[in-house]
Amino acid sequence: MSLLILANDPAAGLARRSFLGKSGLLLSGAAVALLSGQDALAKGGKSTASDVRILNTALGAELEAIAAYQVGAESGLLEKPVLALAVTFQGHHKKHAEILSKTIAKLGGKPVSAKEKYGFPSETLKTQADVLRFAATLEKGAVSAYLGAVPVFGDRDLAKAAASILGDEAMHWAILRNALGEAPVPSAFMS
Amino acid sequence: MPRLARAIAAVALALAAVAAAAKEAELQGDPSAGKAIYARCLACHALAYDRTGPRHCGLFGRRAGSVKGFAYSKAMKRSRIVWNEKTLDRFLANPLKAIPGTAMGYAGVVDRKERADLISYLKQANESALCGK
Repeated sequence: MSLLILANDPAAGLARRSFLGKSGLLLSGAAVALLSGQDALAKGGKSTASDVRILNTALGAELEAIAAYQVGAESGLLEKPVLALAVTFQGHHKKHAEILSKTIAKLGGKPVSAKEKYGFPSETLKTQADVLRFAATLEKGAVSAYLGAVPVFGDRDLAKAAASILGDEAMHWAILRNALGEAPVPSAFMS
Repeated sequence: MPRLARAIAAVALALAAVAAAAKEAELQGDPSAGKAIYARCLACHALAYDRTGPRHCGLFGRRAGSVKGFAYSKAMKRSRIVWNEKTLDRFLANPLKAIPGTAMGYAGVVDRKERADLISYLKQANESALCGK
């Protein structure tokens, strides 16, 4: 079921409410996962300078994702239910960034700040589908980035926390693909 | 006997050459497969502009840590690496081992063929309109 199809079909109100209800359930699951991650992040027991660098790189990407969703939200291209979803996902990235930033500081590092300006390809975003595809690309990249970070953390608690964020990003990606009318979960494994 | 030994050695050498050629052919990157692998990089990188990681246009022949205005790690700036197929292959296999202290906290692309595909895509993209060519 595509969010785009739903958004363009007034007769699909019931299905839309059902979809958003299901999304809500998924997001609650992500919130639970995130909470367990926060506990792990707060410990920061066996962390190394390398861990702090990895966290800072993740923070940089999260800050960029927040800005990207802002561009999408302000584009005027997103219809109401899609806009609400984008804002919800942006809220998750804000929570990721907040906990990453606190953890970096707690571990003695200096959290990176958001850039004043990001070089998004705004000129290519002409339709709702363009915005969703752009967001999906970033979310897929985030899944891969966290997947690549999990095994290299010195502190296994940080690896667990990163994995909990990975799960959230994967759900974003799946729902965005669904909204684009693509198979939400195209394969059994992520890379 | 010496003649037989020479013949055996010649056959062995020929077989080794064939095996090496086959291995080389196997590691010829496929840019279309590499494009799919490049999706893994898109949380932090883009071809044409800097993000959490630096842009990939202009990568080949560029000294590591040299994109103007990009905030690299000290380790990357000091690495003295010039990016080419070989240095990229080594770095992508295990970034943290290749350049300890790099900000690219990523386990790497372990599979040789996947690395060859990825590098092949980057080369193709660098010669295309995606990189203003």
